[in-house]
Amino acid sequence: MSINRRNFFKVLGVTGATLAIGNETVAKPSATEDEIKEFKAILYDSTRCVGCQTCEFSCAEAHNLPEPTGYPEAGKVRSTDETCRTVVNAYETSQGEVYVKRQCMHCNQPACASACLTQAMHKTIEGPVIWREDKCMGCRYCMVSCPFDVPKFEYHSANPKITKCNMCFERQEEGKLPACVENCPGEALMFGTRRELISEARKRIAENPDTYYDHIYGETEAGGTSFLYLSPVPFEELGFNTKIQNSSYPALTKGFLYSVPTVFVLWPMILLGIHDATKNNHKKTEDNE
Amino acid sequence: MNNTISVPLNKEKKGTIKFLMGELKPRGKWFTWFNMISLPIMFLGLVLIVIRFWKGIGAVTNLTQDVPWGLWIGFDVVTGVAFAGGAYVITFMVYILNMKSYHSIVRVTVLNGFLAYVFYAGALLLDLGRPWNVINPIIGNGFGTSSVLFLVAWHFLLYMLAQLIEFSPAIAEWLGGKRAYKVLSGMTLAAVIFGITLSTLHQSGLGALYLMAKEKIHPLWYSEFIPVLFFVSSIFAGLSMVIFEGSITNKVFSGQISGTNHHDHNKIIRGLSKICAGAMFAYFFLQILVFVHDKNWVYLNTNMGYWYLTEMLGFVLLPMLLFYYSFRRNNILLIKVASVITMLGIIINRLNISVIGFRWDAAVHYVPSWMEIVVTLAVIFTEIWIFRWVIYRLPVLQESPIWAKKQIEN
Repeated sequence: MSINRRNFFKVLGVTGATLAIGNETVAKPSATEDEIKEFKAILYDSTRCVGCQTCEFSCAEAHNLPEPTGYPEAGKVRSTDETCRTVVNAYETSQGEVYVKRQCMHCNQPACASACLTQAMHKTIEGPVIWREDKCMGCRYCMVSCPFDVPKFEYHSANPKITKCNMCFERQEEGKLPACVENCPGEALMFGTRRELISEARKRIAENPDTYYDHIYGETEAGGTSFLYLSPVPFEELGFNTKIQNSSYPALTKGFLYSVPTVFVLWPMILLGIHDATKNNHKKTEDNE
Repeated sequence: MNNTISVPLNKEKKGTIKFLMGELKPRGKWFTWFNMISLPIMFLGLVLIVIRFWKGIGAVTNLTQDVPWGLWIGFDVVTGVAFAGGAYVITFMVYILNMKSYHSIVRVTVLNGFLAYVFYAGALLLDLGRPWNVINPIIGNGFGTSSVLFLVAWHFLLYMLAQLIEFSPAIAEWLGGKRAYKVLSGMTLAAVIFGITLSTLHQSGLGALYLMAKEKIHPLWYSEFIPVLFFVSSIFAGLSMVIFEGSITNKVFSGQISGTNHHDHNKIIRGLSKICAGAMFAYFFLQILVFVHDKNWVYLNTNMGYWYLTEMLGFVLLPMLLFYYSFRRNNILLIKVASVITMLGIIINRLNISVIGFRWDAAVHYVPSWMEIVVTLAVIFTEIWIFRWVIYRLPVLQESPIWAKKQIEN
């Protein structure tokens, strides 16, 4: 076994093909991309939220979940779990009591979807990040990877599901609004394309600079999310994780994943080379003995 | 000696079945300490596994929504696979570097590695919430090619296959398949090269799994170099396991080992200790680079900082020096001590990343339940039972039959 000419060309061919295909996918976007609409998104304005929990109740109703328990109370942090996909919490801040709704952030480049080895977690071209039951093997790597700790797991079921907000994807497909947006009495929630909502948020900040803290949470966090927040106070006062990086999370594994094909092609060649070079060692050591 | 494993050659079918049934019967004494301890634990583990599939993972584990991976992943899979790294290191030395003096431990190491992968992948099935979908990434019900776990899953599968091929000549010798032996032996080098390539990628891949959990792992253990650190540490983790396991099998199965191999074993252990010391030096140096590069000085004077120093000084630097010292002094006992400390260090390191340092700042810490520990022990004991079964029957520690030796010489 040695690296003869034929083997060399074989490898060269495989490498070449990989490069060619790789280039093509970059150069020629898939056909569906023409029809791609922009990501749909939701803007949540906490200055308008009165903490009525209508979103919680309508969410539970839309997804056949048990009625929410508890209510927003400053000093107490409620968390989403496997039976509850959104919660509203109250925070005592420098500007008085402020309510915050929490749910999946629907990242532009979701860590959960890139972590998923079966593509059960999936970023739809419409924007929502959804979970697909028939694909998921329940490994919970999405939960390990999500910087916002959003996906939840039914630990007490023999047929467990991963649960999280899916931006009412099934309602959107019927042309309806997400349940929380549709039922919000205070117009704290607004549905639209991500671009529209960012300019709307900017407009609100510009028109009422005293009301708003000058930052749209979700514009750059984790590489950008499809759930956008406006707040009267800095976001750390509302229990937001400010350690979140501004670049996307899947990018953290890119370097490793890109090294895989290189190792796969080069390692066998190098190993074969060493094997050939040391072939006669055996004889030498025997002679010495 | 060789006559003890006389194998039925070209017998009619009935004979083969009889032979296999005969081989299934237990050999040796039943009332041993090991059996008395392991059997009840294995039985209890089985009961707990039934409960787990009946009532859900939450019924037996302490996992939470914040800490979704616990002992079964952090110890069984992440640590166990590091310990199984000995197989790719030894095959690299013997088949690629042609260091033939280590040939006598290839089979037992590959067998250990193979069983480790089978059982740790098996333990992974217990941890999967929806294990019936485990074939999805294989059959393409979603090729999640952007996932590190996708890579690791495929590599586990392919590497098990490569190890099975590496080990298959021993099976052919056992069953007396001369032609199969020839074919399978011819595939060894290809399987070894494939196996080393796969090991490089998935040993580092297990570390890369945690790359996206950037804010969740304590900064002293999170770095973008986790994959490299995992790969380098798998070298001495695997070899320490080979030293440790070798000294136990040498005692327990001494009847199975031929005289010359007995004699060689100390020489092998000494050689391995030198390699361990070298790999650990590289690892320790890398750790210092990562520490300085990430500017982690501020964390040093905290409780986690002391724990980090304990790991680095007590479980990397100390055994490294011990390996080197005992190699120079030819102190076999001290080498074995060093290998045990190294293994403890690997357990600590892997758990620091996957369990202890994961969500270290959470209000409620994950501590494994006694049931998780029992299931883990049951998995390990079952593996040892299978290992023992194979050792007593197949030519792993025993000499190969004469016809096989002749084929090699030709």
